Amino acid sequence: MQDTMNYTFTVWIVLVPFVIFLLTGLFGKWFRPVISGITGTAGLLISFLLSLYTAWKYFFPAGAEHGPYEVLIAARTTWLRLTDRLVIDLGVLLDPISVMMLVMITAVSLMVHIYSLGYMKGELGFARFFSFLSLFTFSMLGLVVATNIFQMYIFWELVGVSSYLLIGFYYERPAAVAASKKAFIVTRFADLGFLIGILLLSYYTGSFNFSDLTNPDNPAFTGVASVSFIGLSVITWSMLLVFMGGAGKSAMFPLHIWLPDAMEGPTPVSALIHAATMVVAGVYLVARMFPIYAFHAPDALTFIAWVGGITSLFAAVIACTQFDIKRVLAYSTLSQIGYMMLALGVSGYGGEEGLGYMASMFHLFTHAMFKALLFLGAGSIIHAVHSNFMYEMGGLRKYLPVTHITFLVACLAIAGIPPFAGFFSKDEILVAAWDHSRVLFAIEYFVAGITAFYMFRLYFGIFWNQERHYHHTPHESPLTMTIPLILLAMGSAFTGLIPFGTFVSSDRIPFEPEMHLNIAVPSVIIALAGILLAFALYRKESLAAGKISASLGALYQVIYHKFYIDEIYLFVTRRILFNLVSRPVAWFDRHVVDETMNRIAWVISVSSERIKGLQSGRLQHYALVFVSGALVLVLVILYNLL
Amino acid sequence: MIANISLTHFLIVTTLMFFTGIYGFLTRRNLITLLMSIELILNSVNINFVVFNRYLYPDQLQGHFFAMFIIAIAAAEAAVAIALIINIYRRFTSIEVDDVDEMKY
Repeated sequence: MQDTMNYTFTVWIVLVPFVIFLLTGLFGKWFRPVISGITGTAGLLISFLLSLYTAWKYFFPAGAEHGPYEVLIAARTTWLRLTDRLVIDLGVLLDPISVMMLVMITAVSLMVHIYSLGYMKGELGFARFFSFLSLFTFSMLGLVVATNIFQMYIFWELVGVSSYLLIGFYYERPAAVAASKKAFIVTRFADLGFLIGILLLSYYTGSFNFSDLTNPDNPAFTGVASVSFIGLSVITWSMLLVFMGGAGKSAMFPLHIWLPDAMEGPTPVSALIHAATMVVAGVYLVARMFPIYAFHAPDALTFIAWVGGITSLFAAVIACTQFDIKRVLAYSTLSQIGYMMLALGVSGYGGEEGLGYMASMFHLFTHAMFKALLFLGAGSIIHAVHSNFMYEMGGLRKYLPVTHITFLVACLAIAGIPPFAGFFSKDEILVAAWDHSRVLFAIEYFVAGITAFYMFRLYFGIFWNQERHYHHTPHESPLTMTIPLILLAMGSAFTGLIPFGTFVSSDRIPFEPEMHLNIAVPSVIIALAGILLAFALYRKESLAAGKISASLGALYQVIYHKFYIDEIYLFVTRRILFNLVSRPVAWFDRHVVDETMNRIAWVISVSSERIKGLQSGRLQHYALVFVSGALVLVLVILYNLL
Repeated sequence: MIANISLTHFLIVTTLMFFTGIYGFLTRRNLITLLMSIELILNSVNINFVVFNRYLYPDQLQGHFFAMFIIAIAAAEAAVAIALIINIYRRFTSIEVDDVDEMKY
């Protein structure tokens, strides 16, 4: 804790985007839109440089070994003092994963900002777009540096709101409005579980602070280990509920339904929020609470591993059948986040045991690079051909050389071909899965092959294949869009070479993960097989792909319709919830509550109709009533009638 | 001379005056006559004040002052009422109370 004071500047990493949000949001309409864009980008650049400086300072302390990294509270202010014990702080917590996330978020966000300067040029609401981007970046940064679970929850909701605002950016399109509402409602529903989990956890342990909660020796846990509910300890329950929030935000099966629809938002938003940063908040949440999971709720951890494994398989299979390129990427995001969750789920605590933890964070980092690149590349393609559908694309490599090369790099990275980034992180995940469960390992091996297949299906379908008839000749995007592509491609190519274990590990003690050739080599072969299959089917216009899908018949239809999960949700909500719950409630409201009020109003209206004749306008009539009243009063008083 | 008249007789007169006023106010249709009826009511009250003062507290003056005030106020009231009646006449070309019944439900 000796140099905590030196880190107080990290507050500005979070606050600069907030200030920019206020400035562009409040005053943006008074200036030319491009001013808002440049202000936002400049602000992000400041945050990015500060994050880099923080990382350099944190990971490379002057004259010291890579020792165990300390957990630093760089800043702290009391926000709510409810009672003496129940205090909610806002602050900045620095530990390896939060520093890593700071760098990752600001880097991707900066790229997206620069890219949006070109992509959103001339759009109505340019300034609004940039102010929302700043709001999102602020919320996301606030989330990762949260010192306590309550601060995390606040920013968790804020990222939800900014995601909602940005998905519904084209608010005159009904599909975008529906998608934004869907995203908000599904994640809110999951956050209900999160909130209950927080309350349970803090009720039994008496603290919100991560530093207390994640301390493996915290005595608070031993006291509550015996409290149990339906066979599981109360800590397991609360951690499962917390994971429910994470699953909603990270779009884990079966709460994934909002993410593919969220692609209705502008493409840079999909790249930033729905691929690189916000959707990994759930993974980050589990990683942040990892010691609790590892020591006090191993059952919950196993559950997480399986949810991750199933999601990755399920989403990868769907991705093979979709034609909207952004949807393919969305399902691939689901699949990759499934990998990260699985890696956390199979991890232990400390050293080699904690390989899964490190692999998950590593994959989170590399995935952010190549997935943002894929989305920005897709945006560049959509920008050129004005369509989202891959059957309206083909032969674009001649027209979009930069996009082509960078997209290829990203595809190689996600497919796990060495030496690109995805290979290293995916390999660590596979090793971790091997040590834990052979079934999960087999699933992930299979998914690695499918991933390579659908990514290269996309790649060959877009850049090779038959050239389509375009309304006008597609042209390469402007520099503001290609420069971020090139930078991210470099990130995707080289970040895998970072010795991640020396920076991030479950117990914050650096370790050197070994290379496991017996696992790495087959995984590369599987990926290459997937690529070859895609090459055979989609390199040229051919009927083979159509024939294969036709021969699969009903199975293909089920997959194409995303296993009818949306329909099941609709069935459950429309038929069951609406009919069995909402309708009776609506009937009660209409026929009991409203009817009571209507009856009261009716009585008043009828009786006033009766007595309104008193207000006759005739002076002498009034006088007569008055005098008679006075007489009656006099008689009553005189003869004591009452 | 006044000492020979008992309090009861005064009260009979004022009661008659009061109810004559009430009766006139309720039955007459002409606004001027209504005004005159009100004067009758006020003056019956005046007499009551003075008489009660004389018979119950002969050495005090409150009753007399009350009567003075009521006379003054009655004058003011008559002025206001006549102004109103003139305006009503201009508006309706009539001072029949039955014609003035616009202020109703």
